[in-house]
Amino acid sequence: MGSRKSCAGSSAPAVLLSIVILILVGSTLYFHIAKTWWFPAAITPVGSQIDQQFFVTFIATGIVFVLAQLTLAWMVFRYRDHGQKARFVRGNHMLEVVWTTATLVIFVALGVMAAHAWGEVHFGGPEPGALQVEVTGVQFVWNFRYPGADGKFGRINPKDIDASTGNPLGLDPNDPAGKDDIVTGDLYLPVGREIELMLRSQDVVHSFFVRELRVKQDTVPGLVIPVHFTVTKPGDYEITCNQLCGLGHYHMHAMLHVLSDTDFQQWEQKQEAQNAQAGQ
Amino acid sequence: MSSHATTVHHSEAPKGWLRHYIFSLDHKIIGTQYILLGLSAVTIGMVLSVIMRIHLAWPNVHIWGFANGVVSPEDYLRVITMHGTLMVFFVLTTVPQSGFGNYFLPIQIGAPDMAFPTLNMLSFWLTFVSMLVLLSSAFVPGGSSISGWTAYAPLSAVGEIAGPGQGLGQTLWAVSIALFCGASLMSAINFLGTTIDLRAKGLSLMRMPLTVWGWFITASLALLAFGVLLAACILLLLDRLAMTSFFIPANLDVSGVLLKHAGGSPLLWQHLFWFFGHPEVYIAILPAMGIISHVLSTFSRKPVFGYKAMVYSLSAIGFLSFMVWGHHMFISGMNPYSALTFSILTLVIGVPSAIKTFNWLGTLWGARIQFTAAMLFAIGFVSLFVTGGLSGIFLAQPALDLYLHDTYYVIGHFHLIMGVAAIFAMFAATYYWFPKMFGHMMNETLGKIHFWMTFVGVYCIFMPMHYLGYAGDPRRYASIESVHYLFRLQPVYIFISIAAFVTAAAQLFFYFNFFWSIKRGKPAERNPWRATTLEWQVSTPVPHDNFAGHYPTVYRGPYEYSVPGAAEDFIPQDVAPEQVAKA
Amino acid sequence: MPHTSTTEELEIIEAGGGGTPPSFAGGDDDGSPGGRFGLPQRVYVTGMAIGMGAILMFFMAFASAFIVRKGVGSDWQAFPMPRILWLNTLILLASSLTIVRARQFFARGDREGFRHWWSVTTILGLLFLAGQLIAWRQMVISGFYLATNASSSFFYVLTAAHGLHLLGGIVALLYVGRGKLRRLTFATATEVTAVYWHFMDGLWVFLFLLLLLGR
Repeated sequence: MGSRKSCAGSSAPAVLLSIVILILVGSTLYFHIAKTWWFPAAITPVGSQIDQQFFVTFIATGIVFVLAQLTLAWMVFRYRDHGQKARFVRGNHMLEVVWTTATLVIFVALGVMAAHAWGEVHFGGPEPGALQVEVTGVQFVWNFRYPGADGKFGRINPKDIDASTGNPLGLDPNDPAGKDDIVTGDLYLPVGREIELMLRSQDVVHSFFVRELRVKQDTVPGLVIPVHFTVTKPGDYEITCNQLCGLGHYHMHAMLHVLSDTDFQQWEQKQEAQNAQAGQ
Repeated sequence: MSSHATTVHHSEAPKGWLRHYIFSLDHKIIGTQYILLGLSAVTIGMVLSVIMRIHLAWPNVHIWGFANGVVSPEDYLRVITMHGTLMVFFVLTTVPQSGFGNYFLPIQIGAPDMAFPTLNMLSFWLTFVSMLVLLSSAFVPGGSSISGWTAYAPLSAVGEIAGPGQGLGQTLWAVSIALFCGASLMSAINFLGTTIDLRAKGLSLMRMPLTVWGWFITASLALLAFGVLLAACILLLLDRLAMTSFFIPANLDVSGVLLKHAGGSPLLWQHLFWFFGHPEVYIAILPAMGIISHVLSTFSRKPVFGYKAMVYSLSAIGFLSFMVWGHHMFISGMNPYSALTFSILTLVIGVPSAIKTFNWLGTLWGARIQFTAAMLFAIGFVSLFVTGGLSGIFLAQPALDLYLHDTYYVIGHFHLIMGVAAIFAMFAATYYWFPKMFGHMMNETLGKIHFWMTFVGVYCIFMPMHYLGYAGDPRRYASIESVHYLFRLQPVYIFISIAAFVTAAAQLFFYFNFFWSIKRGKPAERNPWRATTLEWQVSTPVPHDNFAGHYPTVYRGPYEYSVPGAAEDFIPQDVAPEQVAKA
Repeated sequence: MPHTSTTEELEIIEAGGGGTPPSFAGGDDDGSPGGRFGLPQRVYVTGMAIGMGAILMFFMAFASAFIVRKGVGSDWQAFPMPRILWLNTLILLASSLTIVRARQFFARGDREGFRHWWSVTTILGLLFLAGQLIAWRQMVISGFYLATNASSSFFYVLTAAHGLHLLGGIVALLYVGRGKLRRLTFATATEVTAVYWHFMDGLWVFLFLLLLLGR
């Protein structure tokens, strides 16, 4: 090792390393293009924008990935010790400037492009008339609350929280606005209408995630965090918790049912009727 | 206050076994102690990851050591929390910096020891106590914490009602981390003081090996970051033990108990934690970058390409690392405008990282590559760094992070770039410096088997995790049984688990090679790699004062390989210009 | 902020003794200046400067937590500032002056004068700590305990953290005042202690203002 005569057999690691890197590049490209494991189709306009941004980023980083890995493989093969003398080079000022500027431009451009989709979700609120639903995370279930016919959410009083008597959110029984509030364990939403979710937590930090919506948002105790979107495709989707919240984190799960407008109204009326019955 | 005898007589190591090996003031012994501590931590951490992989791939398999052989959901969370904490703090933070740094920084700069040897010893023993406290939390009622290595409040702040392990276990976790902070601060003071004041004559900043630069910048980050984590841990402990409300908001109803706390902010914990946590990522990787540059140059027989660019990019990463913590919090409920600022700054910090990669490739260009085990791990590092770095470009954009945050994509990303890359640097460092540390060579054949299995293995473990992330698989799930879209991912889980077992088995080659070679390895020459830096110019074993009283003068930069006109293909830093043999 | 005195001044009075050894040559004995290898004395000054950076970040973390916590919580209650803190602040400021005085005597080679003012500084430091305990007492009397409100929580945390750091300074004052030193020369020891003492003083003024204006 380290002697000036060339080491016999030093081609083997070079060849092997090049092959491993080629397989890595090939398989990575394959799985990204074949989409063996992939995002489900987006069901919101913003979701499609996000997917677009993902695609652009994938192309940019993909080119860099392939070039960098292949260059590495080629260097390793080309410059394996076969008795040559190493070139004495300390660096190249011009190259440094070029690649610094190039990466800076590419990276910042990506960041600026991505800002658009982000702003779409987070800057500015929903249009007036959006359907408001309150989402409350609690170890280890999701609760959803609709304001009911009066369009107003009833007051919540933490002292009244009692899941065993059917009041998991602590609705104040003395507040008339709360009488017609609908509380469910699954989320029902109408298609085509703007939705505003008000995210809360009763105990620890949870995170509300629906893959198809491309929405993920932590629910933080003490805060009410709004998110808004419009769903374009009816169907049943899964809601999971994405922030470690305790031993039941993995089964903190609910369903999102996106219904047609008429189906949603029927569902709402049925719920209100049930509420009225329970109230008598 | 006596005047010193100017006669050169180097001091002897203390004779007693206890003073020599246990409470030693010698930076070389302390460095070795840190490395052994890290080796035990990484062993436990790896066993824990194997347990995770068994449980995830075959949930019903009985595992020894768990109640009824079943890994319950809380057991699983205990395992991930302990794995993360051990790996991040006691392996990634400890070994590349405190371990190899302690051993080689003083020698590489021509100093007899660290500037504050007693402080050095204290920081090791405090780290040791900190690890004992952490491990002891597994044996208290309720077991160890289940809140992950990030310990998000209020889960970590409200006590036992939040779940098993959140009682005494979580308290011990916070105490352990607070102690670790103290130890890291003391260590950082030592590294900075030593580098500033004890450099050999002629060793200007721009002649320091890049390893020294890595350790120096890392120590600066540690100095500024660990104090913040210490403060955060103190506040967390007060919330837990003294009923204060720093992180606990009003009206929390946990497990049916209405808490009396009022007005605290869970996000405050996240800000404090990640203000530490992001520099921490670079604390783990900057020494690794230095080591890789060093090893690549030696075995390419070429100077590091763009030495100054390497120094500036290290410094730029260090500086920017304090301005990007918010990218861990895009979906936390933080102000969406500040998310954009953090996003752009995060993409900007990718630039110096890219510069480093280009310069590593530049170093290989026109080289004469010698495929030693150390070199293979260094080349592997570059590949891993490219892969892990590019997935970061996705995560840095809040719009994409919306989907990928807290999925397996993130796990794949940070294991490649921070975990495995830093581990590869540790392996490279071990194969490279072992001859100097123990006077024997490690077995190259075993080293190469170790490399190939590990390199292929880690890619097989962590690349598929990115695909799990695309499928929306959340991290920290004890089981996929409740989420239907996860069912079809089970074959991927099994693939990853098998890859993990093979990779773990490959480490047996390393353990055997390491311990066998300490005594039985081929005896090492003084400078087996024909390297230029000062540690290879002193005799092996290294004298107690490193230079046997003859402190070197440095005449040139650290990577003078294949200089035209010189007889040898390397010129050590301490050889006077007139003594360089001409070809 | 810390008053720094020039190292040259110290080296003059230490002529024939310490100073910076040209190379690492040293006794085998841990007791000699610079330890086993006769490390240069400047490492201790550097180390103190770096250490103060770490301490500053530690307190800045508390300070920013204070500001954020006050901003987000709706439950913030102002507590009555214990009156004695004004006196304590004066005492600590005075102690910075006395330590300067002590070092002036030291520079002149007047060991008696040095010892006198050094002791005065130590006593003022102890008085300050006692005063802080009285301030805690006053807080308790006005009904503000550690967990009463975030405002009082920060009061206790900040004063306790500062008090512990200052206690470290007092230990250093006593240790140097005792006059038997290992590793550090006397000049270095007094310089390092004084720099730290001024730092603790400045830090207290900052914390006091933070509490006063932010409570």
